Amino acid sequence: MAAGLDAAEGVKRDRPGARRRLGGALWRRPWLKGLSLLSPPVLAFTLVYVAALVALFISAFWTVNPFTSELIHHWTLDNFRTLWDEPAYRTVAIRTISIAAAVTITDALIAFPFAYYMARVASRRTRGFLFVLVLLPLWASYLARVYAWRLILNSDGLLNWSLHKLGLPPANIAYSNTAMWIVFSYIWLPFMILPVYAALERIPHSYIEASRDLGARGGRTLRTVILPLALPGVVAGSIFTFSLTLGDYITPVLIGGASSQFIGNVVYDSVNQSSNLPFGAAFAVVPVVVMGAYLMIARRLGAFEAL
Amino acid sequence: MTKSSWALALVVAVGLAFPAAGVSAQRGGTLNMIAWEGYTQPQWVKPFEKNTGCTVHAKYAGSSDEMVTLMRSGGGNQYDMVSASGDASLRLIYGKDVQAIDPNKIPDYKNFGPAFKAPPNNTIGGKHYGLSLQWGPNTLLYNTKLVKPAPTSWAAIYSPKYKGKVTVPDNPIQIADAALYLMKTQPSLGIKDPYELNSSQFTATINLLKKQKPLIKKYWALASDEIDLFKNGDAVIGASWPYQTNTLIAAKAPVKDLVPKEGATGWLDTWMVSAHTKNLDCAYKWLSWISTPKVQAEQAVYFGETPVNSKACPFMNKLAKGSCATYHANAPLKYFKQIHFWKTPIANCGNGKNDCMDYTKWQQAWTQLKG
Amino acid sequence: MESRATRIGLRVWAALVLAFLYIPIVVICLYAFNKSNVQSWPIAGLTTKWFSPALHNGDMQQALFLSLKAAALATLIALLLGSAASFGVHRFRFFGREAISFLLVLPIALPGIITGMALNSYFTFWKFNFGLWTIVIGHATFCVVVVYNNVVARLRRVPGSLTEASMDLGADGFQTFRHVTFPSISTALVSGGLLAFALSFDEVIVTTFTAGANNTLPIWIFGQIRLGQQLPQVNVVVFMILAVTIIPVALAQRLTSESGILRTE
Repeated sequence: MAAGLDAAEGVKRDRPGARRRLGGALWRRPWLKGLSLLSPPVLAFTLVYVAALVALFISAFWTVNPFTSELIHHWTLDNFRTLWDEPAYRTVAIRTISIAAAVTITDALIAFPFAYYMARVASRRTRGFLFVLVLLPLWASYLARVYAWRLILNSDGLLNWSLHKLGLPPANIAYSNTAMWIVFSYIWLPFMILPVYAALERIPHSYIEASRDLGARGGRTLRTVILPLALPGVVAGSIFTFSLTLGDYITPVLIGGASSQFIGNVVYDSVNQSSNLPFGAAFAVVPVVVMGAYLMIARRLGAFEAL
Repeated sequence: MTKSSWALALVVAVGLAFPAAGVSAQRGGTLNMIAWEGYTQPQWVKPFEKNTGCTVHAKYAGSSDEMVTLMRSGGGNQYDMVSASGDASLRLIYGKDVQAIDPNKIPDYKNFGPAFKAPPNNTIGGKHYGLSLQWGPNTLLYNTKLVKPAPTSWAAIYSPKYKGKVTVPDNPIQIADAALYLMKTQPSLGIKDPYELNSSQFTATINLLKKQKPLIKKYWALASDEIDLFKNGDAVIGASWPYQTNTLIAAKAPVKDLVPKEGATGWLDTWMVSAHTKNLDCAYKWLSWISTPKVQAEQAVYFGETPVNSKACPFMNKLAKGSCATYHANAPLKYFKQIHFWKTPIANCGNGKNDCMDYTKWQQAWTQLKG
Repeated sequence: MESRATRIGLRVWAALVLAFLYIPIVVICLYAFNKSNVQSWPIAGLTTKWFSPALHNGDMQQALFLSLKAAALATLIALLLGSAASFGVHRFRFFGREAISFLLVLPIALPGIITGMALNSYFTFWKFNFGLWTIVIGHATFCVVVVYNNVVARLRRVPGSLTEASMDLGADGFQTFRHVTFPSISTALVSGGLLAFALSFDEVIVTTFTAGANNTLPIWIFGQIRLGQQLPQVNVVVFMILAVTIIPVALAQRLTSESGILRTE
């Protein structure tokens, strides 16, 4: 178009440089632009990550030679049959899912008032300060923080020492599922605070004012305006807390007791102790199915826009 | 450019600079070793590195199963050496993960006690697949202040007296310990070897372990787990290695250990060399170093085990008075025969029948026991 | 505005949550000065004898460098692939658009042990050498989605009219990107990149499966925890890392909050 106008007015222009021509060609062919943007990440993911996952789950239908740990490419449902028949595995799965749910709910309850304070009450400077304080623990090694909790929760540890000083009876929670619940809630808390904060921060103040103008007091505004708008953030945070707890095996080893095996521990032991990759892959199907269902619900609740 | 663009450029530049930095030059080779906790202490590793120019990197493993898997990982070419116990060594040999060595290249080999020169767990058909290292029992560890009277039998960890304060290793081979207890206390079961259990013997052993489970505070997987359990009052009695005892005593915890009257399971360790190692030279240097009397004595006293080199005794007594006798380094045979060394349970028990539980069943039973 | 009681209550709650977050951190830093090598309460005594050996520990230094290298490379890959994907998904409507979001979220949604196991078998099968690049690939899988989410969230808030105005004024695609689009997403890139770096630096589960015999810092820390002989050295290292990273984290926060348009999460 520019060329035609110029010609009509008798203005001579140099032919645009290669870069401009390329830019123009891409602008006129949006599908090419989209393709070149998307193919590196999608190809990388598909060829490496997805291919590896598919190979892993195919091996769930195979078995392994116990003495040499070589895969035997013989199709069988034996692994799944063992998982179904033995009650121990069901116990482990239920325990893992229950604690993951408990941790998610706990973190949501703890994070929400904190994020609300950060987003809507704190001054700008305090907000920045709090933001740094929430992110900083992520830089102190996960292992070191979990190990520090051992010191706190031990029989002769910090918690019982404090309770003793307050005249209360000692808490006998070292190496137990309760201890794991506390530690998991602690470790994943920043991952819940951040998306909830982002969601709360996005609520325009005009909504709150309008609600007040319409006669709703604090509690009602909270229930009918703020919570529904913040829900995607909460659900997004819950994806982190739920999936990270569901797949963890280190905290059960360090903090758990005699009956604290998680799905991750059974899978890890299958692979690293028994060299039985097919069995580990078979049991790993459980968290994949659970997370798949969870993600579908999360999508429905709009979490993907709030991640 | 804007402030934020500068920041981004800085991050990217730093990120790209790092791959160039941080590569240290190595004089000799690097030995990546899989070892039990306490087997590669700086006391004897640093002099080795200084004398030979070889660098040592240790990866700790808490069970023979882990060692076998690590050794086989990545196609078998990740690690150069492994300090394998008897229940790992045969699996590694038959899996072709380790190579035969020439013991005559090791100067101190001639000083090894006769039982350790060619033991069945590392010598097959005259070929040596490693060098014997040290051996010792799995002990009963208890808190001297809170466990009274002092225990003399493994029954202490199966009785409800210390409910909720007992700990045992998180390792399927622990089933053999329970089988050993039954072997001595219920001879009617007919168990002759704690690693060869037929179906009914196995079920009885698992039932004993199921009865024990409510007493257990934690199945320790890492040596430091047990150290923490005892130091912080969460456990008062349990099955252990002398390594934990020594560390706890050094940290002034009131503990003591013993081999109970029923005897004990134990380990007889071999340093094995990977079939795919690129550092054979350094590997032989390590084998030579670790079998000298002084280093044998250092490791024995540190961990609490017995050296295979018969000349280590005077060095042990210099490090810790009376340690030679404590660890039976110079009266080995009678004591040695009391220990039921770890070996991999297989289906063929040598009585003509193939009805013994193989190790896969042990592993599955253990996972299901923990539940 | 919220009532006064509510605001006081919220302030108290925030203080409690901060205390909850920081008590273990204080414990870690305190026990860097522990006289005994076994952790127990109360502390056995105070000493600085662990600082020098910890900082001069050759194994630790190698592990630290490997972690830094891997995190930097993984973050770089994440920045490139993540922003490319976010532009592609944001600007174009096509069949399978949601599938891409789903695909990218998988590494974070699925347990790390599955990613680790899968990549380990995959690398072994293709006979890749376990080392820096296998670690980087493992980390990049979940770093990409962190950057992707941040950039997509920002793109949703940047009006498309800016791009069009730039083109109306005669800029071509590349100039528009350099002068208009990139500055508006740069703070999202910084905060996404920083979070990706932190996640990669501290990652242990996937790394255990993809590092082979190499040690990253978290793997070194786990080895020390197993051994139980030099635990205060771990505390020293974590203490120093925290002290060093306060500055970049605070700086990044200042940068991203002054962006002018709209902030990121």
